[in-house]
Amino acid sequence: MQHVSSIREPLVTGGKTLHDVTQDICYQVEAKPNLRWMAALSVALFFLGVFFYSVYRTVWYGIGEWGLNKTVNWAWDITNFVWWVGIGHAGTLISAVLLLFRQKWRSSINRAAEAMTIFAVICAAMFPVLHMGRPWLAFYVFPLQNTLGSLWANFNSPLLWDVFAISTYFTVSLVFWYIGLIPDFASIRDRAKGPIAKFSYSMLSFGWKGSAKAWSRYETVSLILAGVSTPLVLSVHTIVSMDFATSVVPGWHTTIFPPYFVAGAIFSGFAMVLTLMLITRVVFRLEDYITLEHIALMNKIMMVTGSIVGVAYITEFFIAWYSQVEFEQYAFINRATGPYWWSYASMMTCNVITPQLVWFRRVRYSIPLTFILSIIVNIGMWFERFVIIVTSLHRDYLPSSWAMFSPSIIDIGLYVGTLGLFFTLFLLFAKFFPVINMAEVKTILKYTVDNGPTYNPEKAHAAHAHQPAIHGAPASAPVTYNKHD
Amino acid sequence: MTKRFALGIFDDEDVLLHAIENIRAAGVKVYDVFSPYPVHGIDDALGIERSRLPIAAFFFGMTGLSFALWMQIYMLGFDWPMIIGGKPHIALPAFVPVAFELTVFFTCHGMALTFFTITGLYPRFKTPVMDVRATDDKFVMAIELDETSSQFPRLTQLLRDNGASEVNQKEMTNN
Repeated sequence: MQHVSSIREPLVTGGKTLHDVTQDICYQVEAKPNLRWMAALSVALFFLGVFFYSVYRTVWYGIGEWGLNKTVNWAWDITNFVWWVGIGHAGTLISAVLLLFRQKWRSSINRAAEAMTIFAVICAAMFPVLHMGRPWLAFYVFPLQNTLGSLWANFNSPLLWDVFAISTYFTVSLVFWYIGLIPDFASIRDRAKGPIAKFSYSMLSFGWKGSAKAWSRYETVSLILAGVSTPLVLSVHTIVSMDFATSVVPGWHTTIFPPYFVAGAIFSGFAMVLTLMLITRVVFRLEDYITLEHIALMNKIMMVTGSIVGVAYITEFFIAWYSQVEFEQYAFINRATGPYWWSYASMMTCNVITPQLVWFRRVRYSIPLTFILSIIVNIGMWFERFVIIVTSLHRDYLPSSWAMFSPSIIDIGLYVGTLGLFFTLFLLFAKFFPVINMAEVKTILKYTVDNGPTYNPEKAHAAHAHQPAIHGAPASAPVTYNKHD
Repeated sequence: MTKRFALGIFDDEDVLLHAIENIRAAGVKVYDVFSPYPVHGIDDALGIERSRLPIAAFFFGMTGLSFALWMQIYMLGFDWPMIIGGKPHIALPAFVPVAFELTVFFTCHGMALTFFTITGLYPRFKTPVMDVRATDDKFVMAIELDETSSQFPRLTQLLRDNGASEVNQKEMTNN
């Protein structure tokens, strides 16, 4: 028996029954693709084309196609890599950390957020692989014996740690996501009419039947996967930050990087989740599942992590001054007032000021404002990585080597191209896979509608007058089974 | 081999849990219960033992950790020792990240494969089910019948008395 505070808003509105949940979420999978989806997919496919063209230029002509020079030898590629990996982190936070904290509201957003993680990591992985110049030799990063002798990989290098971190993160997220999908594929399979749908969803659902023993194991597996994913997600961005922190470049060599990067990752990830969810809930008519309450809660997490990031910026500046290291001090003064001051200013405005607006209830609960804020945060977080990487590199110890960086058209093409790749994958996911975890939403349904005082149908309908409850009263047997309380 | 089942269809999880307890108390063996979502308390009601998967997970994790440490120490310490950044050949602090990642990697994949294997989950061309509504909104309790289905009328009554909204009979070929 679950106890809910009477001031809690319901997690699912509209008086949904179990069958309504199946119906609402399978609808998108079963219906013919609508025009808006096709339009969005064609735009995404166009940018995917841009991506393939940029990859072709990079691989055929070499890294010289990028705007790098011998001083700034890491720029947009690593900026985009860190940005994409960071975006992925919100998905794991929602699916693992919030599961451990028993935050029931995660149920209706975890599926799409995890999909976002997987696609973001795919986009991120493109950059280091392409920066190798000869991506077909990418297997050199694995500890395999060298073809000329038995020289192994260097396990002291943070770049190699990255290989392990990112590949573990990707495969673990994929498995976690897929195990969650199995029961929902079974729901679609059992509703499927056509032979192709029947066959494909039977293959995808792995013969799931929902027996009690299988569910019991499923829950154990989910809990343990969440348990191992939680330190994993923290380790991934920690290791990404060590790519910088273990070097001796002024502005990079700081111990604050791991927590600062993790907070930034979750910050930008939640911004991206908000962007995607605000679109998804409208396009797929899921306003009853992703309610204003969900948006407000995500906004709050964005505010907390954004504030941590803000504190980290200020701490970094303070420590540079306090360290008495001339180079460190110059690196920070140069960031704020040097030739790249505009990127520093954008980063500060977008990441420090924007999340503070969320203190206002009106902003937190406003869809258009949240949408704008989430986009601004994503831009700001991109600039953060750009500032850290380019402004630290372009003027380091040797003034005779100082240089400026400007991206080539191929740099821009690759970045915009990965956005195309990301949205292509996300749109395909949204069409063919259930975007909301049906089984999990069904477990919280009774919790939502059955606690008399917390649920007021009139109020819920007035606030979200979207789809009235059609299928009669909600499942309403009194909750008397309290063996465990 | 074909088996016959009496299927009690329930609409609500709490009714189902009471029914399971009463039916088991009446001396009837419940074959299995199929539900659209995990029902809390069903393990105790059905007498399902706690899964030992966490123990398996621990051993998979240990395997990963030992493998990672062995790999790094063997490769950089013994097979081809190199001085990197003036550090010892076996620089244990630097081996921590990879050791951690491989621990998680082995835990996750080992446990997922174990879960798929013991639960019999693998891609199938078609999946016969007791009742298609069990993945939608109904809770299906299956009770195995003998060759002649002689207990069926008695079971129907028992299931009905315990709140089943429907009682059906179903033949399942071995799968």
